Amino acid sequence: MQQAAKLMQGNQAIAEGALYAGAGFFAGYPITPSSEIAEECSRRLPLAGGTYMQMEDEIASIGAVIGASLGGTKAFTATSGPGFSLMQENLGLAVMAEVPCVIVNVQRSGPSTGLATKPAQSDVMQIRWGRHGDQSIIALSPASVQECFELMVQAFNFAEKYRVPVILAADEIVAHMRENFLLPEAGEIPLVERKKPLGDPAGYKPFQPDEDGIAPLAAYGSPYVFHVTSSMHGPDGFSNNSPANAAWRVEQLHRKLERYQAEIALTKEFDTSDLDVLLISFGATTRAARAAARLARQEGIKAGVLQLVTLWPFPEREVRALAGRVQRIIVPEMNYSGQVAGEVRRVLGSGADIRQVNKYNGEIITPREILRAIKGDVDK
Amino acid sequence: MKQRFEVILAGSGGQGLVLSGILLGEAAILEGKNVVQTQSYGIASRGGFSQAEVIIDREEIIFQQVQSPDVVLVLTREAMEKYSLLAASVPVFYDTTLLDRQAGENFYGFPFTAMASELGHAGTANMIALGVISALTGLVKPENLAKAIDRRFSAEAARRNREALWLGVGMAGKERDNGGI
Repeated sequence: MQQAAKLMQGNQAIAEGALYAGAGFFAGYPITPSSEIAEECSRRLPLAGGTYMQMEDEIASIGAVIGASLGGTKAFTATSGPGFSLMQENLGLAVMAEVPCVIVNVQRSGPSTGLATKPAQSDVMQIRWGRHGDQSIIALSPASVQECFELMVQAFNFAEKYRVPVILAADEIVAHMRENFLLPEAGEIPLVERKKPLGDPAGYKPFQPDEDGIAPLAAYGSPYVFHVTSSMHGPDGFSNNSPANAAWRVEQLHRKLERYQAEIALTKEFDTSDLDVLLISFGATTRAARAAARLARQEGIKAGVLQLVTLWPFPEREVRALAGRVQRIIVPEMNYSGQVAGEVRRVLGSGADIRQVNKYNGEIITPREILRAIKGDVDK
Repeated sequence: MKQRFEVILAGSGGQGLVLSGILLGEAAILEGKNVVQTQSYGIASRGGFSQAEVIIDREEIIFQQVQSPDVVLVLTREAMEKYSLLAASVPVFYDTTLLDRQAGENFYGFPFTAMASELGHAGTANMIALGVISALTGLVKPENLAKAIDRRFSAEAARRNREALWLGVGMAGKERDNGGI
């Protein structure tokens, strides 16, 4: 990183990350608190030879993104809760048709249009389960402006490598925050390009995985002519309703991510070398958790933080590895029910001492609030 | 020299507080510091309570929000109510054009808006305030604010804003001469 630090906003860093990753297409409908991503892309993408399309709504936006990606371009959109809800149906199509693309969901307080300018982390389960039907999905969650950039690049790399949609699950805090930012040099972060078919176009099967579990993806307009449908299809892309084929397809959609779980499940640890209390956090709340762990250590309590950089697939192994070493686990998150805390319980079972710190009024969880839970004053 | 500053700029939407926070942050980066700038506002693009926060530190800034402010600027009555009960060691700068005189020793009133109107650019009250605050508190050097202004604005707007900044710096000098801070 040679350039001097710049003051950069999270949303701008997300747009910057998309450009760095080689994105050539954005379609979207601006919505607070994600609008600066669209704004930045409307200026920057055309200058970089790409296309910015302002759509009539979010349904059309993700439709255009899927089309652009099938045309061979790295494509993405950005939205917030109300728009992300509208995108679910076509997001299911992207899963079913294995279309690489990136969807940024800058989470704000809901339900519905809720508090448009206030933060939340309450879309965790919608991101995982918002579509009907059996499926898996990748979601990453940044805690700083630099991570907004890095994880956007990572999101494109995962999308391209595994031929899947990837969600960048940011929140209003990290998206609107400005911090020192260093733009990596071109080439400093390796970029992944989707695997293209080789050989005779007549024999191309767009959903037949190679040895690595991933099927090569041709671009529309190339000699490799192929069919895409949201309905159940065979390796050749054409309708196939046989039970054997349906089971194979559903398994394939899951297994290609299960196989690479260790590569996909990214976490960071802070102050975990000696540990009695583990804070499990994601997104901007990680910062309050880290500050709380430091306050606890000043009072002689060995507290540390596991940041779930990847939310989905859930980093089960990483949670288990640290949880085995501690007496108590605390999961602070900006939602009512404890969406990540529930996953932690699922992974660790009912024997573990797992406590929640939840805030759902549009305000930010503070280090002091987490410290109270560390010291045992909050029990939910 | 103090290692860490936590700054609150509070008022209403449209007063340029977020922009002021950004310029403060950019000036601090020019001085090799770490910066986190956040804001809180409602759904209206004009009016309604609006606040920018800036933390400047030599160390990594972990929690991103101001927890105990070192410097406060208030430009509306609502903002003054929110920050009128801070410890006496925390300087609160306020606009005497918009607000009643405050009695406490830590309150520093300047007619930011009236001065901006005299300059012919009512929208530059925030820059006058930045000039006063930077000169009196040492948050950042005024010349680095001027640099940040030059980088952000086109030539004419930069000139107007710089003029306002240095007017504020000059006001601060008079305040200091009177033994104000």
